[in-house]
Amino acid sequence: MSTWDRFAETFFNAKVMHRYLPDILSGVVVTIELALLVVATGIGAGLALALLRSLGIRPLNWLIIGVVDLFRSLPPLVVIVLIYFGLPSAGLAPSGFVSTWLSLAFVLMAFSEEIFWAGITSVDRGQWEAARSTGLSFGQTLMNVVLPQAFRLAIPPLTNRTIAITKGTALGTVVAVTEILGQASSAMSNSYNPSPLMMGAAAYLVLFLPVVVAARFIETRFAWKR
Amino acid sequence: MIQTFFNPEIIVASWPIVRAGLLNTVLLSLLVVPLGLIGGLILALLASVKSPAVRWPLMAWVDFFRAFPPLVLLILLFAGLPFAGLELGGFVCVGIAFFLNTGAYYGEILRAGIDSVPAGQIEAARSTGLSRLQAMTYVVLPQAVRNVLPDLLSNTLEVVKLTALGSVVAVPELLYQARQAQSLTYSPTPIVVAAIVYFLMLWPVVRLLSRLENRALARR
Repeated sequence: MSTWDRFAETFFNAKVMHRYLPDILSGVVVTIELALLVVATGIGAGLALALLRSLGIRPLNWLIIGVVDLFRSLPPLVVIVLIYFGLPSAGLAPSGFVSTWLSLAFVLMAFSEEIFWAGITSVDRGQWEAARSTGLSFGQTLMNVVLPQAFRLAIPPLTNRTIAITKGTALGTVVAVTEILGQASSAMSNSYNPSPLMMGAAAYLVLFLPVVVAARFIETRFAWKR
Repeated sequence: MIQTFFNPEIIVASWPIVRAGLLNTVLLSLLVVPLGLIGGLILALLASVKSPAVRWPLMAWVDFFRAFPPLVLLILLFAGLPFAGLELGGFVCVGIAFFLNTGAYYGEILRAGIDSVPAGQIEAARSTGLSRLQAMTYVVLPQAVRNVLPDLLSNTLEVVKLTALGSVVAVPELLYQARQAQSLTYSPTPIVVAAIVYFLMLWPVVRLLSRLENRALARR
């Protein structure tokens, strides 16, 4: 047996791969569910906070800035561990899935609030005043004048950040979430063979590579022409 | 509540363990940030060769690591390589994974910085007799780095936060030590302490970044 054959036999063992394919696929489903939940709730909450901040209520803004700074400073894995291992002592016992979802959603919320807020403040004051003087309400000005421009500015950094944080679903494996990496790791220790890990790695590439390529396209498409 | 999450006795008892972790996190960051920067610099310098034969593979390389979760890369090195007869410690695996993963991110940032320096600068430097390498080192790179300084800083913050992944491969950094202390004391207090330490250490950087971003917007 040549070296290459032995390498293939170890890392791409057809029998092992066939046996554990269903596990990896169920991991893919969990990863997708988790990722979609994180993106929807994280970006939604971030936008909501940015809109609240635009109301200009001082004490509320301090609170928002504090929360955003907190989740920008803490490593996502620390937040996950804190929620998963800490909350049971307070009588709450969120599952690994819920802990990972909440943690990553909070982190994405913090980053997207900053990005949306930067977009909103980048719109010139004169545009607010002009819009209000034509009789638009505060809400209408925000919706029809400010946000469309803010979104355009926000999209490239937001896609980058969203990909980076969504990849963090792999962290769920630390708190026993049965996503791709979790499934691959346990399949590896059950079969004494790294083939499941290679399948897991491939699954991540199949999931995220198209998103990264699309992000690259969006970046050039939405780049602010000056 | 305070007895559970912020128990003074447990803070005092577990502090030596947590402090050792803090020290290791600082040391680890001092190692992996330059490692990532070197990786990024290599990529950015390669990308400044304006040939499609270099540029396309480079883009594929960067996109690969942007799509690949760093934890998966780390596990692959730590748990996969031993099957090929290569047993590297957790510490070495973290070094390699960071070199590859954060190198790709630093590379993108530095490339954008180099692109932002007008071509006339290189031409002028070259016409005064500087070699390509000299023009790059003394003329282009200093301006490139200045132009993307907030992005570099922001990525460095992410890299320092990412060192918490070391805990998964038994590198005794802050999170790992805190979890050790947690299992010794049966209390979440050490993890709360670790989180506070992370926050105190990184919050000034976050504030600075916010200000830099606002300034960049005001200049627009």
